[in-house]
Amino acid sequence: MKITAKTSDAVLYLYLEGELDEYNAAKVREHVDKIIEQNLACERVVFDLSGIKFMDSSGIGFLIGRYKKLRRSSTAAYIQSPNAAADKILSVSGIYTLIPRI
Amino acid sequence: MKNYMKLEFSAISENEPFARSTVAAFCVRLNPTLDELSDVKTAVSEAVTNCIVHAYEGKGGKITIECEAEEDVLHIRISDEGKGIEDIAQAIEPFFTTAEEEERSGMGFTIMQTFMNGFKVESQKGVGTTVAMTKKFGGNKETEVKAHAQ
Repeated sequence: MKITAKTSDAVLYLYLEGELDEYNAAKVREHVDKIIEQNLACERVVFDLSGIKFMDSSGIGFLIGRYKKLRRSSTAAYIQSPNAAADKILSVSGIYTLIPRI
Repeated sequence: MKNYMKLEFSAISENEPFARSTVAAFCVRLNPTLDELSDVKTAVSEAVTNCIVHAYEGKGGKITIECEAEEDVLHIRISDEGKGIEDIAQAIEPFFTTAEEEERSGMGFTIMQTFMNGFKVESQKGVGTTVAMTKKFGGNKETEVKAHAQ
């Protein structure tokens, strides 16, 4: 998994690339949480999933976990550009009600 | 003619990509669409995760995947010899999880049910669990017919 971060106008963009499954989830969580903690001044966090080639419910668990973490600091979270397969699993899970797709 | 394969591997998470990719490779001769193939890979990944995380609780063990293909239908059985599920009805409820603190979504069984055409769980406490799933491939048929008509 490759994770790239970019900030622009108080928005933290997190670009995730690779396969988000049980094998990768813990490492991604650790890495992403570190980036979030370094950017606490940001008002919004956008998870860009365009580089995610595969995702299962471990990815849903990861996103729900980040949503809960960000909610504590009243930071809004969004998802952008999932591929069709990721979009299907995100829709089935109902996660867009917590983390809207933009 | 029926085609069959059996795969046995250690219940460690680094085997997940290998397991789902192997099943996907077995499916290719059934002419699935990319969406159908993606559904199978996701369902396999969910079942294998359950074996690793819940059945063996991360302590390792053996996972067996059996696949049988006939015409355009794939049957998959994913088995473990782990602790078993006490209450299957509760386990397959959406969002039910025994490991919320580990950021589990509780959506694994729901995803298997949604992404596959047939789904069944058999489990015995202390003996193990088998998830049987069926996928019927048909998405590419229409394209083939159209191609012939041209």
